Amino acid sequence: MSELMIEASTRETYGKTLVELGKENKDIIVLDADLSPSTMTRLFAREFPDHFFDCGLEEQNMIGIAAGLAASGKTVFASTFAVFAACRCFDQVRMCLSQPKLNVKIVATHGGITAGEDGTSHQAIEDLALYCSFPGFTVIVPADAIEAAEAIKVAANTYGPFYIRLSRPKTPLVYSEGYHFTLGKAVTMREGKDITIIAMGIMVAKAMEASLPLARQGIGCRIINMPTLKPLDEEAIVRAASETGAIVVAEEHLAHGGLGSRVAQVIAKEKPVPMEFVNLKDRYALSGKAEELLERYGLTAKAIEEAVRSVIQKK
Amino acid sequence: MENTELKEMANKLRRHVIIMTATAGSGHPGGSLSAADIITALYFKVMRHNPGNPQWQDRDRFILSKGHAAPVLYAALAESGYFPIEELRTLRKLDSRLQGHTDRNLTPGVEMSAGSLGMGLSFAIGVALAARLNAKDYWTYVLLGDGECQEGQTWEAALSAAHFRLDNLTAIVDRNRIQLTGWTRDIMNLEPLSLKWQAFGWHVIEINGHDFNQILTALEEARKIKSQPTVVIAHTIKGKGVSFMENNPAFHGKAPTLEEAERALKELERRELR
Ligand SMILES: Cc1ncc(C[n+]2csc(CCOP(=O)(O)OP(=O)(O)O)c2C)c(N)n1
Repeated sequence: MSELMIEASTRETYGKTLVELGKENKDIIVLDADLSPSTMTRLFAREFPDHFFDCGLEEQNMIGIAAGLAASGKTVFASTFAVFAACRCFDQVRMCLSQPKLNVKIVATHGGITAGEDGTSHQAIEDLALYCSFPGFTVIVPADAIEAAEAIKVAANTYGPFYIRLSRPKTPLVYSEGYHFTLGKAVTMREGKDITIIAMGIMVAKAMEASLPLARQGIGCRIINMPTLKPLDEEAIVRAASETGAIVVAEEHLAHGGLGSRVAQVIAKEKPVPMEFVNLKDRYALSGKAEELLERYGLTAKAIEEAVRSVIQKK
Repeated sequence: MENTELKEMANKLRRHVIIMTATAGSGHPGGSLSAADIITALYFKVMRHNPGNPQWQDRDRFILSKGHAAPVLYAALAESGYFPIEELRTLRKLDSRLQGHTDRNLTPGVEMSAGSLGMGLSFAIGVALAARLNAKDYWTYVLLGDGECQEGQTWEAALSAAHFRLDNLTAIVDRNRIQLTGWTRDIMNLEPLSLKWQAFGWHVIEINGHDFNQILTALEEARKIKSQPTVVIAHTIKGKGVSFMENNPAFHGKAPTLEEAERALKELERRELR
């Protein structure tokens, strides 16, 4: 996998991109909840101290403040760990951001089990189900740091509430500089005729890895990166089903309510084909190193490969 | 407006509340009636606002955190001219702009979608911070219920408003001592409430929330306090103005029947004549 070995941090990219955005747009305000060294909003805070507010350990209050600022014309970025942004603030996000469609971007870091050693309390594995349940929210999981930078800029320049999930560890780059992100559009990473693997976030790199041994055995995988979970690129999903006849969805999330559920809903309605799912199933994860956890809970290239072999039988 | 006119207006708002909730067959009369004088003072004396231009950037903001008191806010907005008074009778009806709890997408003049208690002070902080960032001199008012002060988020917000030294923000607590099922003292004691706000770094003023002199003086004083936010703890009577609703938790979230509404309106008319 030498071509995928370059790694970069999505959250560091976030901090740097905020600084760029802050230079262009004086109406950008950034909030954090005592995690700015981890979410990297600190980079913005250093540069623009008057446009940064640390709300302390008050995530619910932070959402309300973000809403008040946005209702007064500001473009607000609010950051904390994904697990708190989703679980602690659900009602606040619902009433203060989603229903009134305010211009607030929740950029949450430490998404998924790769949050690692801190354990269950710090691993957001249901955040996408929760955020996708909000009418009118845009939900994005970038596949790498390059896509993260692009998505953050698009969010800053697109009115409305956004949720962007980033990772704690550095993650492999699947794109190179110059890549252009289009909101709500799937990206075909590799063409193939026999099956489609739809993935998001860190699972995109794993899907690419899985496709190599499959290709050697004559199984051609189309690989789709689906960075925008909501609104979903239904057309790309239907086309993949029609043209390849089977689909595997891979995501760092619980089985229910995430990318797998969302793709399955489209497939069931528009173009039923055999499907298989690679995800965390219905369970919490333990403490451990990110790579160990991915191995333990079956979020690996090997697991994707097996899912492909199993579903292709059913075509 | 002079105080006598304010009293008349408050009485008018109370009559609207009775008619609106009785017509809807549901809603929250008790906490609307307790807040009627405070809201009258704000909309008809204190606040700089323009009903013809609800989005006017320099308007003073009023945020109704206790969103269930929507009827009295709608009455004040209609009487101010934000929308026709006849529309008040559509409260809670399908396709009405007047939702059961406030909705900032639908109703001209409504700043916040509320109804889930405990969020309004946080929202108000954002609005007040924006005033500072934009060098605007508008004032931000937020009305909280006393039962609502049991919500943890209220105290997160209390800490941060003081921390950010928001001296352009005035919170008002409608201290009617009753929440949904009974007296706050019995359900979850709040006292010493004034000391709590003080300890959180606020300037505290306690008043009779049905006395216009006291309301206006307190709101005036709040504007002079520097580098800290002010909270006005307004002692009120839940259901104020209607004898059988006063201090009666039963009318927290229950509309009067048509017969009760008629009795209530008679009492409120007599009050105006006095
Ligand atoms: C988060 C939340 N929990 C519960 C309710 C249901 N509820 C509506 S009003 C109310 C009591 C509010 O009491 P208070 O704040 O004192 O209001 P007031 O007496 O002024 O009407 C409750 C429990 C709610 N609207 N929001």
